[in-house]
This record gives sequence, C-alpha cells and structure tokens, in this order.
Amino acid sequence: MAKQLRIIPEKCTGCIQCELACSFVQTGTFQPARSLIRVHLFDDQASYAPYACFQCDEAWCLTACPVNAITISAAAAKVVVPELCVGCGLCTIACPYGTVWYSPDTHKAVKCDLCAGDPACAHACPTGAIEYVDTPAADWLGPWAADLNQTHAEMRSGGGA
Amino acid sequence: MIGDQAGTSGGIHGGWTGTVLRVNLSRATIKKESLRQDWAREYVGGRGLGARYLWEESDPNVDPLSPKNKLLFVTGPLTGTNASCGARYMVVTKGALTGAITTSNSGGHWGPELKCAGYDMIIVEGRAPRPTYLWIHNDEVELRDATHLWGKGVWDTEEMIRSESGVPDTIVASIGPAGENLVRFASIMNDLHRAAGRSGVGAVMGSKMLKAIAVRGTGGVKLADARGFMAASWAMKAKLKESAVTAEGLPTYGTEVLVNVINEHGAMPTRNHTETIFEKAEDISGETLTETRLVANKACFACTIACGRVTKLPGEASSKFMVNTNPRNWKIAGEGPEYENAWAMGADCGIGDLDALIKTGWLCNDYGMDPITYGATLAAAMEMYEKEIITNSITGMPLRFGSADALVAMAEKVAFRDGFGDLLAEGSKRLTARFGHPEFFMGVRGQEFPAYDSRAIQGMGLGYATSNRGACHLKSYTVSPEILGIPTKMDPHVTEGKAEITKIFQDITSAVDATGLCLFLTFGVGLEEMLPQLVAATGVSYTMDSLTQAGERIWNLERLWNERAGLGKGSDTLPKRMLEQPIPSGPAKGMVNRLGEMLPEYYRLRGWTADGKVTAAKRKELGLV
Repeated sequence: MAKQLRIIPEKCTGCIQCELACSFVQTGTFQPARSLIRVHLFDDQASYAPYACFQCDEAWCLTACPVNAITISAAAAKVVVPELCVGCGLCTIACPYGTVWYSPDTHKAVKCDLCAGDPACAHACPTGAIEYVDTPAADWLGPWAADLNQTHAEMRSGGGA
Repeated sequence: MIGDQAGTSGGIHGGWTGTVLRVNLSRATIKKESLRQDWAREYVGGRGLGARYLWEESDPNVDPLSPKNKLLFVTGPLTGTNASCGARYMVVTKGALTGAITTSNSGGHWGPELKCAGYDMIIVEGRAPRPTYLWIHNDEVELRDATHLWGKGVWDTEEMIRSESGVPDTIVASIGPAGENLVRFASIMNDLHRAAGRSGVGAVMGSKMLKAIAVRGTGGVKLADARGFMAASWAMKAKLKESAVTAEGLPTYGTEVLVNVINEHGAMPTRNHTETIFEKAEDISGETLTETRLVANKACFACTIACGRVTKLPGEASSKFMVNTNPRNWKIAGEGPEYENAWAMGADCGIGDLDALIKTGWLCNDYGMDPITYGATLAAAMEMYEKEIITNSITGMPLRFGSADALVAMAEKVAFRDGFGDLLAEGSKRLTARFGHPEFFMGVRGQEFPAYDSRAIQGMGLGYATSNRGACHLKSYTVSPEILGIPTKMDPHVTEGKAEITKIFQDITSAVDATGLCLFLTFGVGLEEMLPQLVAATGVSYTMDSLTQAGERIWNLERLWNERAGLGKGSDTLPKRMLEQPIPSGPAKGMVNRLGEMLPEYYRLRGWTADGKVTAAKRKELGLV
C-alpha cells in the first residue's frame, strides 16, 4: 500500500486552490488551464469534486504507451518520462478517468506525478478535501462502483426502457 | 510617491498583464492597448485604475444611459493569483441609479478568467445597434450577435453561450431582463449568483445593448517574485485561519451571521426604517438558514473563507410562490440569501418568510437586479401604501408590510417593468418623489441604505453621507469596530472618533478594492498582511504609506468626479428620519444620527474646505490633476 490522493468531495468548496497550486508547480504561474487536478462544479446538484489521477493499479496509460514512456516512480506514481514520450496521445485515450492530458506547449503527455511524494494540491486545500494518505488505490472508488454496478444490473434486468 | 524596484520602469513583471481591451460597440471595433503603467502604479488596479481611466476619458455630466457613458471592467494585480480571495473584478461607470461614479464589485471566477485570457481591463464604449455579446478566448476577441439571448435570464444566458461556443469552461458575465429593461438598479451577474450588484451598472450595460461578456482564458497570471509571493500568501492564509470571523463565523453561517447580531443591537432597519428591531429576525437568521436550508458552502476563486451559501428549498415550499412567477425560473437549489438582501427584502419589508427571501433572491439573480435596492424600494412603496398615499388602483395588489406574496410577485414586475413594477424599477428616490413624499426615501445620493441603521451606529451615518457611490456598506464598514470590535471596540452610540475611523476605513477599503482582493479579508487580516503579496506579485515597492495613500488618492479622485457631476456641496447628508426622528424602542431608543457633530471634523481630517471641497493643496499632495 502506498500513499495516494484521497478526495473527500463533501469538504470541497470549489475554491480551486488545488488547481492554482498544481499549475504553479508546473509553470511558475497561476494557470488553472494547466492544472492536472481539476475541480468540477456541479451547480445543479450543489456539489464540487476535485479529481486527479489516483495512480490506479491497472495503469491503463502505462499499458497503452507504445514506447514505454510511462513508468512508476519512487512515490508509486505513474509518471511520464518526457524524453521518451512521442506525444501520440494513446495514454490520454486509454485512461478511463480522463486524468492524462496532452500539453499543447510541449506536445507530450502530462499527468499527476504526486509532486514526487509531496503533492502541492493537498497542501493547498484549505478544507482538507484532498488528503495524501496511505490507502489502497481503488479503495475509495469501491462503494461508488458497487452502486453503479447495482444500477446497471437493474437496467439489464428490465428496469430501464 | 510610489517608487520602482530596479527594472520595473521598463515593463511589467507580474500581477498586471499589461494589456487593456477597448471595445467600441457603436463602431464595432476592438483594440488592444498597453496598460498605462504609471496609473497602474499610482492607482494599483480595480476600483482605482478604473476611476483613473474614467476620469480621463468620460465627462461626468453625461447621461449614464447614453452611449457616451463608459463601462469599465477592471481587475487588480492580485486577481487570479492564489492569494486568498483574489477573485474580484470591479465595474466602474456612472451609475444609472445615482448619477455618481460607481464601483461595483464581484467575485466568482470571471475576473481571474479575464486575467488568464491576458487582460487587466475592458473599456466598453458606445452602443451596439442590436443585442450583442463580447466573446473573448485568449487572443481571439469578437463581437457576436445576441439577438437570441435578449430577453433570457442570466442563468439561461450563461448556459446558452457555453453550449453554442463549444467551450465548456467559458465564464460569463451578463445582464438579465432587468438590465435590458433599464431597471435603474439592474446588476451584472457572473457564475449564476455572483453580482456586481449596486448602483445600476446592469442598466448601463443594457443601454449599450451588451448582453454579456464571455471569457475563456488558458494563460497564466505571472509573478515578479514567485518565491516571495508564495511565502506571503501562505502567511496570510495562516492568519485567516486564526480569525473568529474568517475561520468560523463566515464559513459556518455566511454573511447572514449578522442578522441576530445587528438585531440585538437594535440597529436592524425594519419596515422602511420606522423601527430598528425586527421581531422575526430569528426566522431569517444565518443560524436558521444553516440548520434548515443550507446544502453546502461555496467559495469564489481562490477563496479560503467560502462564505457562499448553496441553499435548497424544502418540498412544500417549492411550489408555494409559483403562481406569481414564471415556472421557467423555478429551481430547487441556488445560492443565498446574503445578509444584505435578506435584510432588504426581509426586515425592511417586514417579511419573516425565509423561503420567500431565498426564492426572491434567486429571482433577482436570474433577472439581474440588486436585491438591496429592490427590497428597500418595495419597503418605501409599502410605507406609502400603509399610509394610503398609494392604493390598489396604482399598485395592482396590496402592498402591506409583511406580504411575501407581494415581494415575489413584484420582483418579476420590476424586471419586466410591468404595471406598478415600472415605477418601482426607478428606485425609491424617484418613486417617492413621484408621489410627492421624498421623505420616505431612505438613502444617500439616490442609493438606498444597506442593513445598518445609522441612528444606532453613528459612524455608519457619516460613512453613508460621504460615500462616493451613495449609501453603501462596502466603502467604510465601521460596523466592524462599532459592533464587532474589529480591530478594536468602539461605542456605536457616540460620535467621538468616528470621523477619524471613517476616513481611515474609506482609504484602506479603497486600497483593498484596488488590489483585486475581497474586502472580507479585512475581518481577519490588515492591509499590512496583504501588502507583501502585492509587492511580490507586481515588483513595485509599495509600502503601507504609499498603499494607504493610493487609497486616499482613489477616494479623492472619486470625490472630484462627483463634484464635476454636480454632486458636490450639500449632498453629504442623511434623510430627515435619520437626523430628526428618534428610534422608537430597543437598545438605541431615542437616538438620532448626529451627523453634524462628525462632518466638520471629517472634512478637516480629509484636508478639504469647510463645505467639503477637495482643495488644490490636497490635489497636489496626492498627485491629482
């Protein structure tokens, strides 16, 4: 088990300090458009949810990369090695969570590397909605997935039209 | 004067972007200009920079709703940074409600987005021949047809622009039907519920046929000294976490935390200021709102306070007021109410129905109008109705104090200038004058008071009377020392010391408004905690002295602008009710506002003449033309 980002959406206020911190680490400016963690505002449901790569065990990005440019770092993050990346974008398609980006500046893939074990977003969050803690990678998604499976099962059994 | 650090005279190193967007709607032209860096240093940004440009470019005597009036959207050097509460932009123009210079400010994400697109400010000139909106996507700036958006509410407008542009992260500032119909207290809205609310900036935008400004910016906000900036920013955030107001009061209860506090001091204007204690205050308080209607807190860009209230109406209330309003506007979750609008539509109208306040607050946001002036104008109408100056044949329905039905129904009539709503849409000064009773207008320079009775809080009376944009709680919030004890406690019932504190608060507030930061910070930190961020972001070596002086410069420039607009001598006063009619009951029973004891000292401290004119010596000292 390694340290991961654990996100608690109920605590998020939508202030995007995490996005600002992430973009600052990468660019030295405050540029939310370059952030690798994104806060989604669901205005209709009065909820906000930051999301970022949670370094899943399956690592579809790593598996999909044709030039082996994605490796696992000492902080147990899946990281892009820019020198090897050819910018084909396959990883961005392979990621089921949409947390690998293509940078129009460098023409390479870019994703969360957990700031080498000291993630700036977790530091910046004023409400504790982003924690950097020991947790199994898929743990916090478990209940959500179970819910979804249940819904799908109901739909398949004729509940849906 | 303000000095440069080595090298800054050669260019901008951070904070400001250095680019101004000039949009002429009559000629359909768009120009990118360099920011006047000398003005940026002297006036910082936001409210100050906007006033300086307006002073230079626009005749104070123009009709606010004519194409000659200019409409400025101005960010500050800290807007778009991660400085806590660095979210603000300022709308600067000649107010449709007041005829005075107005500086109306809003949070959310619009200001930062404009900075990320690469602009410090937008100057809007002229009038478009047909409904138009401005589209900004980084370098790509164009005027687009808005005929299909005209008549739509703010919420639909935001959604429609986002979907038709194909850029989902677009942030929109727009007007609703109220702005289109030139309601004199129409607001400019962004992020659905954030408002540049007061003085009728939305009517000015509507007079220009400008429906919206939609922005998507993917660039970054640069810093002159990134390391120094981050250290200063973390230090300020740590301070904010220690303050009872910014770490507990505002996050827990929102601005509505004030309802019970102000009411207990007998300072809550009730039924058009005829009383100062509202018997149903508990029902509309922050505590009740939090326990029964709150879904979540919501923060503006980079805000660590998160005072915003996301609220939801319970099932039985969701259909309660539908009969009077368009079902299109009916949603079950939204934001608010804030303290000021809960007061204006609540206590000032004698209404203790929280659901009606929430609902009408949403309507005001969707229609794009200021709930403070709307509530206060309705309160004045209600007083005239109760006194039988106006009757059903004029109003179309009973306007009794306490009528939630009237509150909800009239909101729609005002926005569309339907029936009696057409008269309410002019604001309470024009409304009461029309029926021969100007004494029921409760405000200054045509703008209605906010939620603090100046008989019970003396300093606020001086603040209202001298406020450049008319009665306002945001220009010298002496409630802070007089009631809350921040930074030190002062007796709200005495006039001693109030001239001095008012001047200090006005100058410091002007400076904070210029940086792009939110005023709510001042509950937890002082200007000295904000200063290091400003220095590190811009590379300009501001000091406490030079920044406070910038605030004083801004205040005096606004004052000079108003003098030119014919709002000088004799306009620093309060309604007779404040000066002569004692409070009938409660802790402040028997009191009136003793403005006469404070005003001469205030003029003296300001270095103005005995009748309040800015002197040549003061102008010279501040470097004013």
